[in-house]
Amino acid sequence: MLLGPSLALSAILFTIGVVGVVIRRNAIVLFMCIELMLNAVNLTFVALSQYHGLSGQIMVFFVMTVAAAEAAVGLAIILAVFRHRQSVDLEDINLLRG
Amino acid sequence: MTEIVFYILAVAAVVSGIACIVQRNPVSAALWLVAAMFALAGIYVLLNAQFIGAIQVLVYAGAIMVLFLFVIMLLNLGREANDIRRWPALLAGVAIAAGIVAPLLALRLYSPTRLATEVSGSPVFGDPGTVLSQGAAAQRLAENQGVVGAIAGPLFQTYLVPFEVTSILLLVAAIGAVVLAKRRL
Repeated sequence: MLLGPSLALSAILFTIGVVGVVIRRNAIVLFMCIELMLNAVNLTFVALSQYHGLSGQIMVFFVMTVAAAEAAVGLAIILAVFRHRQSVDLEDINLLRG
Repeated sequence: MTEIVFYILAVAAVVSGIACIVQRNPVSAALWLVAAMFALAGIYVLLNAQFIGAIQVLVYAGAIMVLFLFVIMLLNLGREANDIRRWPALLAGVAIAAGIVAPLLALRLYSPTRLATEVSGSPVFGDPGTVLSQGAAAQRLAENQGVVGAIAGPLFQTYLVPFEVTSILLLVAAIGAVVLAKRRL
């Protein structure tokens, strides 16, 4: 049921996330685009779990857990960088540039 | 009927996603992302994954996005100049989008019959009912044990070890976040 349209929607949402990562400079918005990409992948899992059994839905469960952990650690890093630079603009975070 | 609701939610998800990446203010970007996640939760319910839909609203839209909004407001962002990159990166974005979406959009032609044919590996058309019997079995399980019961079975039996490893991951993430965000140890 609705397998093809779901996969197409997932592709479109993933692409929107990739474009967001490329065009934005704000580190927090970048993280939100990554969340959007993870959501797109979750949609693929759910759509295919209709035909391959419930393992797909359990994978979504794990993806959500990893996303939560990633968001917590990533936002802590952004917070630490903000204390140093007073900015979350990726152009300002260039300490490792040679 | 299901298809109409699906397409309404799909359009809502795509529009919210696009609004999320072009919105200048981080707070409105976050709220548009919440809208996209709500639309996706509705789609999960349509795809017979009611539990995942509920978790999507509770964990993603409820917990993770609140964390994002909390950090945005804590750092008092949103008054900077436009952070959308100028034309070279913008052009690269469009090129990447075209390069990714063109091959992936071929997936819209996927049907259960084609999936069954590819899974079985036989040259003739596979019958979705026999090749992909796990899907129908999961459907029956959900009817017998309830939606949550059907997921709890494999989660705490087949996937017990990954589930326990997940708890370690969350513990590490919690400790790591505290260590990183602390001013001085």
